[in-house]
Amino acid sequence: MIYDELSPSRARRTLSAGGRTLRALRLDGPLTGVLALIICLGVLVVYSASGQNARMVEHQIGNVAIAVAALILLARFATPQYLRLFAPLAYALGVLLLVIVDVKGHVGKGAQRWLDLGIMRFQPSEIMKLAVPMLCAWYMHERPLPPSWRDLLTMGVIIAVPTAMVAVQPDLGTALLIAAAGLIVLLLAGLQWSIILLSLPLLAAAAWGGWHFIHEYQRQRLLMFLNPQNDRLGAGYHIIQSQIAIGSGGVFGKGYMHGSQAQLDFLPERSTDFIFSVIGEEFGLLGQLLVLTLYAIVIGRSLYLATQVQDTFSRLTSGSIALSFFVYVFVNSGMVSGILPVVGVPLPLISYGGTSMVTILAGFGILMSLHSHRKLVGS
Amino acid sequence: MIRRVRIKDHWSERRIFTVRSLVAGGIMSVLLLAVAGRLFYLQVLRYAYYSELSQGNRVRIEPIPPSRGLILDRRGVILADNMPAYQLEVIREQVGGPAQLDDSLRRLAAIGLLDADDLPSIKRTILSHRPYESVPIKLELTDQEMALFAVHRFQFSGIDIHTRLSRHYPFGPLAVHALGYVAAISASDLAHIDPATYAGTTLIGKLGVEGAYEHQLHGTPGFREVLVNAAGRPVTREGAYRPKLKVKAPVAGDDLVLSLDMRVQRAAEEGLKGLRGAVVAIDPRDGNVIALASSPAFDPNEFARGLTGKEYAALADDPDKPLINRALRGAYPPGSTVKPYYALAALHFGVMSPDESVFCPGYFHLPGSSHLYHCWRHRGHGEISMRRAIAQSCDVYFYNVANKLGIERMHDFMSQFGFGHRTGIDIPGEKPGLMPSPQWKERTFKNPASRVWFPGETLIVGIGQGYMLATPLQLAHAVSIIAAHGRAFRPRLVVGVRPPGSNRVQPIPPVPEPSVQGITPDQWGVIYDGMEAAAQPGGTVANISVGAPYRIAAKTGTAQVFSLGRDQKYNAAQLAERMRDHGLLIAFAPVDDPKLAVAVFVENGEHGGTIGGPIARKVFDAYLLPAQRAGAEKPAVAAAKKP
Repeated sequence: MIYDELSPSRARRTLSAGGRTLRALRLDGPLTGVLALIICLGVLVVYSASGQNARMVEHQIGNVAIAVAALILLARFATPQYLRLFAPLAYALGVLLLVIVDVKGHVGKGAQRWLDLGIMRFQPSEIMKLAVPMLCAWYMHERPLPPSWRDLLTMGVIIAVPTAMVAVQPDLGTALLIAAAGLIVLLLAGLQWSIILLSLPLLAAAAWGGWHFIHEYQRQRLLMFLNPQNDRLGAGYHIIQSQIAIGSGGVFGKGYMHGSQAQLDFLPERSTDFIFSVIGEEFGLLGQLLVLTLYAIVIGRSLYLATQVQDTFSRLTSGSIALSFFVYVFVNSGMVSGILPVVGVPLPLISYGGTSMVTILAGFGILMSLHSHRKLVGS
Repeated sequence: MIRRVRIKDHWSERRIFTVRSLVAGGIMSVLLLAVAGRLFYLQVLRYAYYSELSQGNRVRIEPIPPSRGLILDRRGVILADNMPAYQLEVIREQVGGPAQLDDSLRRLAAIGLLDADDLPSIKRTILSHRPYESVPIKLELTDQEMALFAVHRFQFSGIDIHTRLSRHYPFGPLAVHALGYVAAISASDLAHIDPATYAGTTLIGKLGVEGAYEHQLHGTPGFREVLVNAAGRPVTREGAYRPKLKVKAPVAGDDLVLSLDMRVQRAAEEGLKGLRGAVVAIDPRDGNVIALASSPAFDPNEFARGLTGKEYAALADDPDKPLINRALRGAYPPGSTVKPYYALAALHFGVMSPDESVFCPGYFHLPGSSHLYHCWRHRGHGEISMRRAIAQSCDVYFYNVANKLGIERMHDFMSQFGFGHRTGIDIPGEKPGLMPSPQWKERTFKNPASRVWFPGETLIVGIGQGYMLATPLQLAHAVSIIAAHGRAFRPRLVVGVRPPGSNRVQPIPPVPEPSVQGITPDQWGVIYDGMEAAAQPGGTVANISVGAPYRIAAKTGTAQVFSLGRDQKYNAAQLAERMRDHGLLIAFAPVDDPKLAVAVFVENGEHGGTIGGPIARKVFDAYLLPAQRAGAEKPAVAAAKKP
């Protein structure tokens, strides 16, 4: 029949049309698909975790729209050449904004992380999550790998300046993520194994020194991580309630919007930092493993794309974006399940909030652009 | 100088990156597996533990207090019921720490809702409850107090007004010494009650029937599972899901039917109005207490409402002692009311015959002793036999009787009528009184000289003075045994129980006690004659039977408060009111078929006949005559609402 002949070809046409669109937009199909899946899942969970707050869901969809726009624009237009030009500028701009924010915070006597741009509030430290690895990659682009001692020193400064500025805000979580993004570049650039091994005791010493430098509440967070049972309704409350939420979910969970811990407010920060616990409570072990698997696919695909590009800048930037994403996932899931201290790191692409969503999708936009605009050496 | 120039080697750089990526991939896999392992541990291995914690988090068990059983009189008139009342309650954990609790209480005192002097005891009560329990701190708020709190409500977190059932006594102070009262559960009460049973209960019975039958009146509490959020606030919704919450209804306490007759009770209390004293009326046929009054009384509603420390102190320090139940706890010398019993003993032991005369010159002295024991009638009664000796209460006659009986026989005989030991009435606080004996004296006194029983003491006990003490309840109980020809029942107030949800009263059978044996009807007749004569013209209490359509038997008594010297004459006018003699009266009626035995005691009442006769008569009329005043059962609204 006519339909029998037409249907498969129509389906194929539709598919190839989708493929053409993706290619035209310079998007990577598998990565885009999995990211979309995670984001959709995230919106559903935010609806439940916010206590069925439709306004929050609308707002989150708005955040997603802005972030997706950033991804598409960067993927289409941010060619490696532009990005290499832009990297030092972005870094300089970021440092400038951090100075402004720190000064304002000092004047306003309190934690200050935001800049109010009128339309939206904006966190300059987020720029640094991308600008720091990009500047490191930019720095190494023309230099031979592995990096020399001088290179290491230079990049150490590049990393340390914004990290310190964010840490004094104080925002220890973001500071660690910025440092991690930069250090990942060093590792991917071929930092000698001997240096890595030698630096571990140095890091321990730095941690000891940092203990005396950080704020009291941050110290409390670390202490409560070590023994959450110590003070049930005090400092350890977050971790205990989070573990109760996850543990009581069991294998299959209590069902969507049926998590008593989350719905009755026992779980703190349930739609932001502790949203992974809501997934654990309502969808159980299977739900959490599904989410972790999706993240693993994203990381694996990103890393694969990073290995396909041809120049140092693209490679290091892409690799850093991929591994930073892993760091977010690991720090957040480790925190809510009680194997890492509580640091304010959202679950990427799922936690409620626009800033981290935009930064992460912008990162993937850059990653896709670097891949799709790669020079095909030898072909 | 040789400078090594390093050039970019694209192939090796790419290789470095690939190796590093693979290593990173490996490390990441391990770390993600660690997270997955942790999740497996929490959700599979520790599932039961965390599941229980989460359940405990969200469901709180809230007690539903049972409704307290009603108390009814023998005709079904309600003496104690439950009425909704507004009370101020505090939930400690919602107030905050100890500092905030202190501060909140102080501010409540500042706006006049609490008395500053009571704060320490209120705080103690709050702290003796669990932090999430709602603890009443002020009961029965008035409209003004409710408005006052409403205005300041925003300043007090964790403190709110709740509606609870409170105890209400429609008759106010009437019969309070029989009923007892309820008051807020104190820290000392908590020591001997089951906290699970009393979770949610505000008031506990104290004294009287309320105290003695607390267990039956209280009932069994129910509970309700309440969904709470992290702030401890009850919520109805949990996401889109409404969990099944268990509810167990409370079982109300038993209603109690008393033997009291409010008409008789009212008559007794009206008779005592303005006096300090007690009236006890017992049905000799079954031991039922028909009236039990002690004057002055107090309003039990004020206790249910919650007294401030000052108000309580005012009651406790009142020189008239309204809180003392004189009917059970007032032990006084019974005076001449003991004479019918000794007369009976004399007949029983054969030391006197009914018609044998004794000459009363106005005094008596023991052989070989010059000490004179006076008769109350100083000029003497002349030749006097038993019936007239009872009717005119001749002391000399009974000195003779006592002298012939001896203290041992007197003690044993009187004990059969309940003197010297508790009657066993079903409400707490009763005093045993005292029936003295040589053994008792030897047991009690330390000084060897005081441990010897003197013959003169026997004479004094023979007219109900000296060491002998009896409560008004004991007097009524004893005369009820006379009225019943020796049959004895344990006095009781509760005669029936009505289980919750039923309208059938289950009667409680009377409790018989060993009866007085070996008295012939003729011998009873002599005593009856003597006591009836006392109630007739020429007797000591002639006023009692004027115009009565039934026959009354009675005996008066006077108990000395103040010992007179040998040659002093008692002059009431010269003695301070509190030093005057106590007046006593025992009586029963109708003589041919006794239905009510009454004891009247009036502190400093001087003469039992004059003051006690009219009171006893009112009580008899109320019980034996058809209701004259239809309004008698209705609660006196004015009295109940007295502020």
